[in-house]
Amino acid sequence: MTTKTVRIIDATKKKSLKQFLLRWESFLILIFILVNIMNSIISTNYLSVSGLFLATSSFVEKAFIALPMAYVLILGEIDISVGSTVALSAVILSISYNAGIPMGICIIICLLIGALCGFINGFILTKFTELAPMIVTLGTMILYRGIAEAILESNASGGLNSVSWFSKLYWGTIGPVPYMLIIFIIMAIIFGVVLHKTTFGRRLYAIGSNRIMAAYAGIHVQGTRLFVYTLTGTFSAVTAIFLAARMGSSRSNIALGYEMEAISMVVLGGISSAGGKGNFPGTVIAIFIVGFLRYGLGLINVHSQVMSVVIGALLIIAVMLPNIKPQKVLH
Amino acid sequence: MELLLLREMRCVNLEKKWVFKKLFASREISLLLVLVILCMFFQYRNSSFLSVQTIIDMLKNYSTTMVLSLGMMCVLLIGGIDISIGSTVAFSGMCSALLMRDGILSSTFLSFAVSILIGLTCGFIIGLVITKGKVLPIITTLGFMNIIRGITYLVSNSQWVSAYQIPESFKKFAQESYLTYGQINNMIAITAVCYIIFFIIMKWTRLGRKIYAIGSNPEAALISGIKINRVRLFVYSLMGALCGLAGALWVSVYASAQGDMATGIEMDVIASCVLGGVSLSGGRGSVVGVFLGGLTMAIISKALPLIGISAYWQSMIKGAVIILAIIMNVVTQRVIAKNHQKLREA
Amino acid sequence: MSDYILELKGITKIFPGVKALDDVHFQLTKGEIHALMGENGAGKSTFIKVITGVHKAEQGDMYLDGEKVHFKSPKDAVKAGIAAIYQHVTAYPHLTVAENIFMGHEEVKHGIIQWKKMNEKANALLKELNADFDASVEMESLSVAQQQMVEIAKALSMAAKIIIMDEPTAALTKSESEELYRITEKLRDEGASIIFISHRFEDMYRLASRVTVLRDGKYIGSYQVDKMANAELIRAMVGREISDLFPKSDVKIGGDVLQVKNLSREGYFKDVSFHVKAGEIIGITGLVGAGRTEVAETIFGIHKYDSGEILLEGKKVHIRNPKDAMRLGIGLLPEDRQRQGLILEWGIGMNITISEIDRYAKYRFLDEKKERSAAKELAERLNIKALTIFDKVNSLSGGNQQKVVVAKLLASELKIIILDEPTKGVDVGAKAAIYEIMGDLAGQGYAIIMISSEMPEILGMSDRIIVMCEGHLTGELSRNEASQEKILKLAMVKGN
Repeated sequence: MTTKTVRIIDATKKKSLKQFLLRWESFLILIFILVNIMNSIISTNYLSVSGLFLATSSFVEKAFIALPMAYVLILGEIDISVGSTVALSAVILSISYNAGIPMGICIIICLLIGALCGFINGFILTKFTELAPMIVTLGTMILYRGIAEAILESNASGGLNSVSWFSKLYWGTIGPVPYMLIIFIIMAIIFGVVLHKTTFGRRLYAIGSNRIMAAYAGIHVQGTRLFVYTLTGTFSAVTAIFLAARMGSSRSNIALGYEMEAISMVVLGGISSAGGKGNFPGTVIAIFIVGFLRYGLGLINVHSQVMSVVIGALLIIAVMLPNIKPQKVLH
Repeated sequence: MELLLLREMRCVNLEKKWVFKKLFASREISLLLVLVILCMFFQYRNSSFLSVQTIIDMLKNYSTTMVLSLGMMCVLLIGGIDISIGSTVAFSGMCSALLMRDGILSSTFLSFAVSILIGLTCGFIIGLVITKGKVLPIITTLGFMNIIRGITYLVSNSQWVSAYQIPESFKKFAQESYLTYGQINNMIAITAVCYIIFFIIMKWTRLGRKIYAIGSNPEAALISGIKINRVRLFVYSLMGALCGLAGALWVSVYASAQGDMATGIEMDVIASCVLGGVSLSGGRGSVVGVFLGGLTMAIISKALPLIGISAYWQSMIKGAVIILAIIMNVVTQRVIAKNHQKLREA
Repeated sequence: MSDYILELKGITKIFPGVKALDDVHFQLTKGEIHALMGENGAGKSTFIKVITGVHKAEQGDMYLDGEKVHFKSPKDAVKAGIAAIYQHVTAYPHLTVAENIFMGHEEVKHGIIQWKKMNEKANALLKELNADFDASVEMESLSVAQQQMVEIAKALSMAAKIIIMDEPTAALTKSESEELYRITEKLRDEGASIIFISHRFEDMYRLASRVTVLRDGKYIGSYQVDKMANAELIRAMVGREISDLFPKSDVKIGGDVLQVKNLSREGYFKDVSFHVKAGEIIGITGLVGAGRTEVAETIFGIHKYDSGEILLEGKKVHIRNPKDAMRLGIGLLPEDRQRQGLILEWGIGMNITISEIDRYAKYRFLDEKKERSAAKELAERLNIKALTIFDKVNSLSGGNQQKVVVAKLLASELKIIILDEPTKGVDVGAKAAIYEIMGDLAGQGYAIIMISSEMPEILGMSDRIIVMCEGHLTGELSRNEASQEKILKLAMVKGN
């Protein structure tokens, strides 16, 4: 019998500056700074405090979807129905109000519709686990927007500005800071903390890394998935509320392309769509990068389509760079 | 504890298999049945549905989507996806239109060739990013969807190319039938030729089998020495080329080119494939299935207005059909798997 | 011209963190059937993959018929006339048998595949092998044994000069194995040279003229089969006498912890009944496909059962999912540790704590300090070879990875531990460590179920042995009355 030598295993977490600098988030912060420098060069009235805060209003409403979308991507899945969910929720919000229901209740109805849309996605995916998220959310994407179109046809349902506190949701500010931004930051902090500091977040990463192992480890995989999709639907409704508050009305063709924007923000932020990897701060920085980039380019009247080129290119280059490493010759 | 009798008479399995195979394995047959039922239903509600003119109109309008579905089938078969096709269609069509507007191109044939070439290049670049850049197809095509669409607006200066700026001969292409000496409309003819070509390639050439193999079991394909990346590059380039073809067709049919043309077409195309039984995870699907799936989508789009359903209800019905179809896919898969298992124990 | 049709010298293959092959030599005479034997993790599969061009060796040379060859890819090996039939079927499930056989070298005329001719050829090959299915059926509708036949047909279709079989009889019944012996000998008679890897001594005695033994990636020796005794071979494979390996100390046996009564799951197993007492080690064995893992996974809550009962310490329990099972004190070490037991990209610590993550949290907020110290304690208890708990699991050897999964189990409060193939792919040193851990756990009062296909550890570790065959429990043997022959007989009861 060999004598047992007790091995001491180290458990202290080492912090190192070099590690910090090499991370994706640092790279993103660099890009963020560059974007701002570029913007202030090309547009002289860019760097004003009030202006910048106002700038956030242009993209924060969309960014609410990116928060739960980050969870979806960490799970290794995808949800392209969010834009349609926004449209449907907004439409229902408007027609409820115009049917005489008090605005407060309308908002609750809107949130419930969003949650329902997400729940349906999750339900189908968890009952038929063979189905790919891409295809189910493709179907619901068409379905939800279709319902919105069937309801409103080509009309708008408006009059929402008559409720002043509702409009204030989007337009209102405390000093230079918009309410919406404050709500967003609070939400972002909550999402980030939950992801990185709670058992729920740990389980999300586990499911995204190895779904089978997660099941064997006692994690309720299907229940978690259902919850995340429902959450995504609910936050789509949040975006719908802000969008409706901004426009004062809803149409069935709003929020087109929101799903792609949200996914781009999340992927740029470092969350791999294969699942299990990525940090939340990265997503938030990416949201601001994309947002300010658009705003800055918009100030010099760059066409939004050109912006799409820039953002699309940014996304691809950002994801591709780490992969083009010189191959280590293993033979 | 009872000792059970040994397994015997495997010949019995053979017969059982044939019966089950006929019933469940043919997705194409079940699709055909659904199609027939749909047609009968629509015809009953509106007797002008099954008229020659209606059918030709329907096929003409849906020909671009059907052609694209072939390319998407190949992409899905190898386990990938391409959501940038709408943008590529727009870009190649727009470039062709611009060249025609500025008088550089006047021959219909050349215009088509240029469009196809541009589409091919786009697809090739996308394929490079996926194979060499190792970026996931969904992300790659998401990014390029934006990039290519943006470039479309850039080159056209956000302007349309209107009907009067396009040569007569080109506009006439979609309406005439000179390719088949006056028998079949050109658009339909091209679509038919594409389907025939793809049918031959997928079933009768080694390349086709390799595409199936890669999607069916990528590791086995690697071990058998199949050059996976080369095939993938080819498939995405092919998709691009078909986008180019569709782009030219589009401009001809609508006699104009706009920056936002073909937006959202990728979803219709993917839906056609999925309806046709193509699996998103690869390895499963057929040209016949895609044809029937596309036809079903086309019929739904065309027939609904004919039976008085408002155009605004179209998307909703389409979405519901897709969801039902994919759930049916899964249910029949489960039944087949259970049958296979029972056979194994028999 | 060389005496040998295939010769390898000094082959060394290194994967990140582990030396899979260390200076291995091998010679294959023309027209012989040569067995390659060794324990799990000895390097047999890796060696085969070097021969077939899947892996490239860091050092060493390969000679085909005396000429040096260098395979850049599997296709080169195929062109050189080497065909391999792997253990895990490398088939295309959605394609037909004929397509699978001819994938990559289909019958073509001007680029067009000649289906009729191909199907005819495929059917002819299948007939030679006495197959009972047609070339036009889909692969996924065939049983494992039938799929294996297709693989053999594939090798035949390539007119291979050297055929390599990796565990060909692992999934076969006795009669199917006989069929395979016949086919293998026929192949040899027709001029092929054959290497096969197997666990089964009877395969070796029946077919091979020579046997080469690998242990821990090293070449131990090549021997004439008819001049070798069983014990000698075992010693070569294992490195020590069997009895040394298994530290079976006398443990006080307690009361029934788990009772399984008439458990059935349609299509997988029927009427399984057994019981396990505290401190006992029950070995469940049988051939691949006997249903052992399915029973374990059902007890653990991964699958639902159709009828029967499970009792824990006398009380009937309903287990709906793994979380229920763990709360009741049942733990499972899964069969496929990489797919089912670990998250390879994570560190050791995170893998260990994931099942019981709630325990290291307050109001759902992670207490990382608590988590880390718990992980450290468990990792040290099992003597995992690592420097820190942040070391990535995919950098560990098979044995250490298995220890991580065991540590993960021990993080829960368990009464009964099910281990499914605990030493598969584990080197001998770690094997001994795992047996010791098992012994310790039994001594601490855990009830232990060990599922294994390895005869030595079944015979060496179990207090009682349960044998399954094709979903039925065919026999139970006590430690004293058990023997390899009795077990094998019970394991193959169905296919006579």
